[in-house]
Amino acid sequence: MTTANQPAAYRNDFLKEVEANVEEGHMVKMCMQCGVCAGSCPLGSHWEHSPQKIFMMIRAGKREEVLTSDAMWMCTSCYNCIARCPRKLPITHIMHGLANYAHRLGLAPKGQPTRDFAVMFWNNLTKTGRVNELKLTLGHYFKDGIGAGIKKGLEMKGVGLGLLKAKRLNPMEILGGHKLQDLAGFHAIVAKAREIEDRRRGLSS
Amino acid sequence: MSEMKTAAYICSGCGIGDKIDVKSLEKIATREGKMALVKSHEFLCGEAGVGMIRNDIDNEGVTHVMIAGCSRRAKTEAFHFPTTAMARANLREGVLWVVAEGDEHDEVRQEMADDYVRMGCAELKKMQVPAGNPATAQNKRILVVGGGFSGMTAALAAAEAGYEAVIVEKTGELGGWAGKSWKRVPGAAPYADPQDTGIADLIARVKSSPKITVHLSSTLAETRGAPGRFAADVATESGSVTTEEVGAIIQANGFTPYDIAKLPELGGGTNPNVVDHAGLEALAIAAKGDTIKRADGKEVKSVVFLQCAGQRDDSGKHLPYCSGHCCATSIKQAMYFKDANPNVDTVVMYQDLRVPGMGEDFYRSAQQKGVVFTKGKAAAVEPAGDGCRVAFRDLILDEDTALEADLVVLATGQVANSGVNIELPDDDPAKAQKTSVLNLAYRQGKDLPILKHGFNDSHFICFPYETRRTGIYAVGPVRRPMDAQQAEEDAVGAALKAIQAVENASLGRAAHPRSGDLSFPKVRLEGCTQCKRCTVECPFGAIDEDEKRFPLFNESRCRRCGTCMGACPVRVISFENYNVDTVGSQIKCLDMPDEFSEKPRILILACENDAYPALDMAGLQRHVYSAFVRAIPVRCLGSTNLVWITDALNSGWDGIIMMGCKKGDDYQCHFVKGSEMAHYRLSKVDDTLKQLGLEPERVVTHEIAITDNVRCAQIINDYVAQIMEIGLSPMKGFG
Ligand code: SF4
Ligand code: SF4
Ligand code: SF4
Ligand code: SF4
Repeated sequence: MTTANQPAAYRNDFLKEVEANVEEGHMVKMCMQCGVCAGSCPLGSHWEHSPQKIFMMIRAGKREEVLTSDAMWMCTSCYNCIARCPRKLPITHIMHGLANYAHRLGLAPKGQPTRDFAVMFWNNLTKTGRVNELKLTLGHYFKDGIGAGIKKGLEMKGVGLGLLKAKRLNPMEILGGHKLQDLAGFHAIVAKAREIEDRRRGLSS
Repeated sequence: MSEMKTAAYICSGCGIGDKIDVKSLEKIATREGKMALVKSHEFLCGEAGVGMIRNDIDNEGVTHVMIAGCSRRAKTEAFHFPTTAMARANLREGVLWVVAEGDEHDEVRQEMADDYVRMGCAELKKMQVPAGNPATAQNKRILVVGGGFSGMTAALAAAEAGYEAVIVEKTGELGGWAGKSWKRVPGAAPYADPQDTGIADLIARVKSSPKITVHLSSTLAETRGAPGRFAADVATESGSVTTEEVGAIIQANGFTPYDIAKLPELGGGTNPNVVDHAGLEALAIAAKGDTIKRADGKEVKSVVFLQCAGQRDDSGKHLPYCSGHCCATSIKQAMYFKDANPNVDTVVMYQDLRVPGMGEDFYRSAQQKGVVFTKGKAAAVEPAGDGCRVAFRDLILDEDTALEADLVVLATGQVANSGVNIELPDDDPAKAQKTSVLNLAYRQGKDLPILKHGFNDSHFICFPYETRRTGIYAVGPVRRPMDAQQAEEDAVGAALKAIQAVENASLGRAAHPRSGDLSFPKVRLEGCTQCKRCTVECPFGAIDEDEKRFPLFNESRCRRCGTCMGACPVRVISFENYNVDTVGSQIKCLDMPDEFSEKPRILILACENDAYPALDMAGLQRHVYSAFVRAIPVRCLGSTNLVWITDALNSGWDGIIMMGCKKGDDYQCHFVKGSEMAHYRLSKVDDTLKQLGLEPERVVTHEIAITDNVRCAQIINDYVAQIMEIGLSPMKGFG
C-alpha cells in the first residue's frame, strides 16, 4: 500500500514530512477541522481545496494531491483566516510554506498564474536587485504569447499613459534599467540565504 | 391550640399609601374580613412595624396574621413569625407595580387592592399553624448501592460529614469500571495527560473508615420504609440475608457498556482485533505503561478509535443518545499508545468531537502528541491481513475511503443499570428480563421510575439526583450518561441531599424541595371513597394502602406538593395551612361586579415556584397588566382541585388562567408530575363548562417558566381582551 510517493492513508508519514519541510508545518496537526478558515477566505470558492481540506488531506496522507493542488497558490495573504482560526494556526504562512515546498519539489501545478508570476518576479528582482516594473509588466502581459500580450497592452493603455504622464513609469527602463551598485555582493547574499535555508531543511544546495 | 385571634396589618410604605386608599383597606379587613385587630403602618417591615406585630402576638394573643404589603416572596425574614399562621396580600408586586399609572386607573387599582385584602383575610381564617408530623423517624445511616467510583465517593462524603454509610456491592470487589481502568481522564490542570484513577486510594479510605460498612457480593432483596426508617434486606450470593436499617439510600450502581456484539458490521463480537473501551483498558493494564499488545500478543503499531459506535443512532437499532464521556475516553486511550511510543499511528474517527469544559485542553494535548483526528463515519470493519480494514466516509474530504490498523477500538455508550421499568405492565417480557436493583416494597413498583432512554429519573433541571422516591437518590451514570468528574459532583451532592432528608425526617419536616415544611397531608378517612386517585397521582409514591384499602400516607416520603389534595374528588385531603378551603374561600370572597359593569374578574391560579415569581418579576420590572386579574399562588398546579374551578365559574368569575410549569420528558415542574396531572385533570373541565353553558375559553392553561415575566403580562392582557370579546360571565350573582 505504501509507495515512496504515496504514504499509507491516515498514517503520520506525510504529516511528519510537512512538519520537517514546511514553514509552520508543525501546526497542521492542531487544526480541529472547524471550517472557519474555509468560510473566511474571500477566495474560497475559487480554489480546489480550502485550508481546512488541505490540512485534512495532509493528515490523510494525500501527498500527491496536496503538493499538486493550486490551493496554496491562490492565497492572497489577506490574513482573514489567521485572525479567525480558533486554534491559532498560522494558516497563511502554512499555505505559502506548502506552495514553496511544492515548487521546490517541482510538483507545483504547471502554468499556475500565481506561481508563474512569482517566478517572474523573483527572477526580475534578483537579476538587478531592483524590480524593473516595466519589464515585469510586459513579461506578465506577454506570458501567453504575442497576440494575448498586445491585446492586454491595449486594454491597459489608459493606465499606462496615465502612469507615464505622472512620471511613474520610465520607458527607458526597457533598456536594462537601474540596478544595485554592488550586484555581485547582492547575489552572494541571496545565494547564502538559500544555502542557510536548505541546510535548515536538510537539503543540499 | 389556643383560641384563634386574627389580625390584619396593612403597610402603606413603598408608595402603596400614595396610590391606594389604605383607610378603605382597613375598613374591608374589619367589616368583611372580620379581623379582630386591624392596623396600618407606613413601614411595616421596619423595626417598629415588625415590633408592633410581635407585640400583638406576644401580648394580645394574636395567632393569625394577615399582612397586606409586598409579595409573600419578599421580606420573609422580617415577617417570620413561626408560631402563627400567616397570609399575605400582595399589594406591591401584585397591584401597585402592575396597574397602569394615572388617575383613570385609580378605581380599578383600588378594587384590586380591596379584593386582595378580602382574599388574604378569607385565606387566613381557614389556616392553622402546622404542628409538624408526629411520626418522626430517627435513623440517619445512609445506604449506598454500588461500590464503584460514585458509590465510594458518596459513602466517603457522608462519612466525612459524620454519618454512617453502608455500601452494598454486587460484585466481589470495590472499584467498578474505574477500578478496571488503567488511568482516567484528567480532572485537574494542565489537563494534558491521563491521570491516576485514584481508585486504590478510595478503596483504602473506604476500608479504613470506621463509619463505613461494606457488603460485597450482595444485592438488595427487599427495601421497605421511608426516609429515616428504611429497612434493606441485604442478600449475599451465598444466600444469607442481613437487614440494614438506614435513613436514606443512594443508588450509584452505574452503567454497563453497550454490547459490542450488537455492532457486527464494525467487527464487534466477531473480530478479535476489535475491542471496546473496557477491552482496551484491560490491554493497557496488562501493558503497564509499555507498548500495548493485542490479545494475540502482537504489539499494536496502529490503532483507530471509532467514536459514537452504536450511539447517537437515529435508525432505532442502537442507543439514540450521546454518552458524553467517550470522546475524552478515546483521547485518553489514544494517549496510552502515544505516550508509550510516539510512532504508533493513532487515529480518532469522530463525527463531532465532544469534549466539554477543560476537555478541550486534553484534546489539544492529544493533537500535540500526534494523534490524528479525522471527521468520518465508519461503514464497516473487516479483517485485513494481520489487522483490520476500516471502510469509512471522510466527512471533510467527502469521499469513501479506507484505512488499515492493527487494532480497532469502538467507543460504545453507557447503558444505565436502572433496574426494572416500573411503568411497563407486569406481563411485558422486557420487564421480566430485568432484575430489580432496589426491590422496593412500594405499591408504585420495585425501582426508581425511568425518564428516558432507560436512565433513572432525577430532577435534572432543578434538583439533580433527587428522584421521585423521597430519600432515594440516583447518582452517576445510572441517571444520565457522564464521566468520572461529573459522577464525583453527583455523589457528593447526593450525600448532602441524603443528609438533609434524614435530618428533616427526624424532625417531622418535609424533605426537599419544601425543605423544613412542617405541614403534611391529613386525610379524613371517614369521607374517603377508596377511589385511589391520591395513591395513583402522588408523584412520589408517598401513599400506600392499608389493610382496609384506605390510603396510607408515609409523611416522610411526602414532598407536600398537594397533588393528592388536588386529585381527591371528595376533598378529604388537606394541609393545615393549605387546603381546599384556604383557596376556595378566596375564590368566593370577592366583591363581584355585575354582568354589565364591563369589569371582568379573571382568576389566576399560579404555581408558587415559577409562575408566581414570574408575576412578581413582571411587577418588579413594571410590565403593566390588567387590573381585572386576581392571582392565587398554589403549591403546585397539581394541587388544583377541580372544585376551585367549578366554584369560580359558579361565583361569576369570567375566566381562569392556570399557570404551571413545563410538563413532559423535559419537565420543569418542581414536583415532576404535578403540572402534568393538572393538565390531565383539566381536560375534564370542558364537560363542566358545557354543563354550565359556558365557552371553553373560560379556562385556559399556560406553561410558565420563572423567566417568563414579560410573557405572563402579555398572556394576561391578551386573555382579558379575549374575555371582553366573548362577554362577561352570565353566572354572576348566583354564587
Ligand atoms: S490569508 Fe490566504 S488562505 Fe487565509 S483567508 Fe486570506 S486568502 Fe484565504
Ligand atoms: S480555522 Fe483553524 S482550526 Fe478551523 S479548520 Fe481552519 S485551520 Fe483548522
Ligand atoms: S461523547 Fe463523543 S463518542 Fe461519545 S457519543 Fe458523544 S460524540 Fe460520540
Ligand atoms: S401527592 Fe404530594 S402532598 Fe400528596 S402525598 Fe404525594 S407528595 Fe405528599
